Amino acid sequence: MTEIEYDRVPKVAEASGRPELSARLRSFWESKPGLYGWLATVDHKTLGIRYIVTAFVFLGLGGIEALIMRIQLAQPNEHVLTPEEYNQLFTMHGITMILWYALPILTGFSVYLQPLLLGCRDMALPRLNAFTYWVFLFSGIFLYTSFLIGAAPDAGWFNYVPLASIEQDPGPNIDFYAMANIFLGISTTLGGVNFIVTILRFRAPGMSINRLPIMSWGTLTISVASVLSIPAVSLAFFLLWMDRHFGTHFFDPATGGQPLLWQHLFWLWGHPWVYIIVLPALSMVSQALPVCCRRPLVGYSLVALATVLTMVLGFGVWLHHMFATGLPTMALAFFSAVSLVIAIPSAVSLFAWLATIWTGRPDFTTAFYFFAGFIIVFVIGGVSGFMTASVPVDWQLTDTYFVVAHIHYVLIGWNLFAVLGALYHWFPKMSGRMLDETLGKISFWFVFIGFNVGFFPMHISGLLGMPRRIYTYSPEMGWSTLNLITSIGSFVLAIGLLITLVNVVRSLRVGRIAGPNPWDADTLEWSTSSPPPPYNFAVIPTVASRSPLWEARLGEPQRSQPERGFVLDHGKETLGTTMLDAVPDVIVKMPEDSLVPLLLSLALAALFTTMMLEAWWWLAASAIAILVITVAWLWPRQSLGEIEGSTP
Amino acid sequence: MWPELRAGLSGWLGPRRTIWLIGTFLVQLYSVPARANAPLNYLVGAGPRNVSTLTWGVLIISIIVVVVITGLLFFATLKSWNRPASPIWKDRELVPRATNPVAVVYAGLILSTAVLLGVTIWTMMTLADVAAPPSKPTVSIEVTGHEWWWEIRYLNSDPSQIFTTANEIHIPVGEPVAVHLQSADVIHSFWVPALSGKTDLIPGQINKTWILADRAGTFRGQCAEYCGLQHAHMGLKVIATSKADFEAWRKNQLQSESEKSIGSAGQNVFMQKCAVCHTVRGTRAGGRVGPDLTHLMTRTTIAAGTLPNRPGYLSGWIADPQHVKPGSKMPRLQIDGQQLAEVRTYLEALN
Repeated sequence: MTEIEYDRVPKVAEASGRPELSARLRSFWESKPGLYGWLATVDHKTLGIRYIVTAFVFLGLGGIEALIMRIQLAQPNEHVLTPEEYNQLFTMHGITMILWYALPILTGFSVYLQPLLLGCRDMALPRLNAFTYWVFLFSGIFLYTSFLIGAAPDAGWFNYVPLASIEQDPGPNIDFYAMANIFLGISTTLGGVNFIVTILRFRAPGMSINRLPIMSWGTLTISVASVLSIPAVSLAFFLLWMDRHFGTHFFDPATGGQPLLWQHLFWLWGHPWVYIIVLPALSMVSQALPVCCRRPLVGYSLVALATVLTMVLGFGVWLHHMFATGLPTMALAFFSAVSLVIAIPSAVSLFAWLATIWTGRPDFTTAFYFFAGFIIVFVIGGVSGFMTASVPVDWQLTDTYFVVAHIHYVLIGWNLFAVLGALYHWFPKMSGRMLDETLGKISFWFVFIGFNVGFFPMHISGLLGMPRRIYTYSPEMGWSTLNLITSIGSFVLAIGLLITLVNVVRSLRVGRIAGPNPWDADTLEWSTSSPPPPYNFAVIPTVASRSPLWEARLGEPQRSQPERGFVLDHGKETLGTTMLDAVPDVIVKMPEDSLVPLLLSLALAALFTTMMLEAWWWLAASAIAILVITVAWLWPRQSLGEIEGSTP
Repeated sequence: MWPELRAGLSGWLGPRRTIWLIGTFLVQLYSVPARANAPLNYLVGAGPRNVSTLTWGVLIISIIVVVVITGLLFFATLKSWNRPASPIWKDRELVPRATNPVAVVYAGLILSTAVLLGVTIWTMMTLADVAAPPSKPTVSIEVTGHEWWWEIRYLNSDPSQIFTTANEIHIPVGEPVAVHLQSADVIHSFWVPALSGKTDLIPGQINKTWILADRAGTFRGQCAEYCGLQHAHMGLKVIATSKADFEAWRKNQLQSESEKSIGSAGQNVFMQKCAVCHTVRGTRAGGRVGPDLTHLMTRTTIAAGTLPNRPGYLSGWIADPQHVKPGSKMPRLQIDGQQLAEVRTYLEALN
């Protein structure tokens, strides 16, 4: 291969009517059939679907844990669970939903959709993409093995010391969480890096930064935030592990340590994380809702700015989890103010959606139902957050069921409703078949009613003083009826989700064939077939607006060319463009399928397991394995143009 | 059907009626917590009024926001409900880009900024008001959190006036009481909803807060920070009485038990089985692991608010604490029926 290969000016052609080009590209891009191809694939579409399926499995596990707890709490003084069982369940429920469902599901949609939205052929770092998926999967399995030995984490997902110290919790419970959290952090951080590079450098020519699909703004913003915030929590868990096993005293007050250090490190990550797991969901709504409303999003620039601003402010509010810890009033005042101000950008998005619906011509699809329901629960979750931002009010609300209601309106309302709408919207693209609309609407009503019946009464039980994380309560506290209603609602919600599951399974076989663009949508992912070919686009599309497929029909000249552009067919290639203006810059050689990501994540799993078991020699062996595999991964390869030589 | 319904609805739902409906709803809502029989309810408190005013303020703003936005969404959606749409998506008309009401977004931005800034200022003013008690506290107590009970010490510059009790705090009405908070093991949180918000008890530091009851009564409290197996059963009580009653109670608490000359079989059992962990002032029992049991019978509950302090419950608790509070630090004792009866008789004399 010579340098001319990268500097060559690719020829420009039409995509249609060139079966030989498709066949040629397919030979480069398609994973081999059979087990090898299944394990070695780096195709972002396959990996995206795996992310989504795996995250939904974790949603199911977390959901089952929740339902068992709701049986225990349905009536006062129940004995379905022992206190220890209850504590393990609520801890695992929180960890599972917040870490192994909420972001991975959004990562799944992003991994699948970002290259298609941007008009390129894969994520910037395809092997890293496979690696982050495997690490996510193995870290989750690692966490859940704790259940098998009856020692699941039991100090809450927030894992406060000294309750999580070796003196208070001598079993392996906390170590499982510590190791699994650090393990998952590797996946999330590297996944963030991958999105940043992809979104900044792999956009179609002409897709300048002000034409970036609004969904990509969400993913880009939270990817930067992940990279910046995760080190804090990984460090916290590493210090805790050192305290627990090597007698360091970072958190031990008896020897000069500080329990509050844990809380600062944890929430320094934990609050940005709340925005990390909702902003991409909001931006999926901003992407798909306008399609349902037959118009471009109102106030694109404001919504994009609001997304970024929320994240920036999101780094300055962590103390609002610690209003009751005895910090100086001046610090509380500052963080209280920022926590109130952070609602402003959310209001901007809200009014942009309302204006989009008001001036649009909405079609009442299941996706629209979920988005409309999303807006209502978004507002309820928003105002309850606004209430807790006010320090004197929060001193009463914090650690009561009011906050439980709030986080569920945020996590289910802002995340799950958006995800379900997105599922109904993009499922045709992923599978080539439509989901059933009737089943979809039945599912929506079960989810919407079940969710509100289940979680709205929690606000009231919180105002009536019910504390969080209690395994039972006595009848004289006046919470019995509310808890019974909550338990009933949670089961209705579960039925609604099962209906969507049935819908998905059924539609995969008998759903109506979708065609490339069933919703007549405006962005590039809809310009290719459903499901897309392994190479996504036969030629790299050219973009001249935010709605490349709608230009002519919006009363503008059609300048974008989704079907005409660079032909990159000298091997596995895609186009790199400049960061702001998306001017064609470089031809990027993409790696083949590889087992190395899987092997490296297995070696990492071995490393964390041996750390758990304190098997030091095995730990050393795993570390050496990791080193060797990493070297193999990074070894310069001719096919990637990393060593000079003649064209293969 | 929809146009008629909509016309009918908007005809009936004039602005005056809408305001009347929302107003009635809010009044009804206000009365719910007052009627509710929930001891930890804090919407009707006996503490600083400005905090409950702020709470009601932000609650009502929140409800108005939800009602208005839901209404806007409802009408925005209803507008298109009956519009005939072609089954083929390609044939559906798009709204041209020229229709771009960004002004609506700016209006929302300005409106929400105004409300949020207003609430921020209100928050700061309330915070400044409650940061310190209205006058110098006349009583100071030190509360130490234990898994899973509260140790209460009444502080005084005169050491002979210091005494220790557990799980129930007596205070005089109308006087601010300083509360110093610390923990013996993990993080707990001190919370008496009717009197004040939460302040954490954190090992290695002393947090300070204050409470003030503006009327006599018994106010329930509860540990609000997850602290392990029996976090659910870590209650406390604040009993606010007149100054005279408070002083009488305090005088009684200051007395040691020996002055009352108790000597019995029960005392012997207590010394053998219980004294390692529990203190009864004036006797050899000086354990510091469990609650101080001097004047046990002046308390209304046992096991940190878990059971009423009546002889039957007391026997049940001593016989099998692990049944009532699984995981409790009080072990199941090797104690036979007769010893149980004797020790109970002894405890019943601690008043």
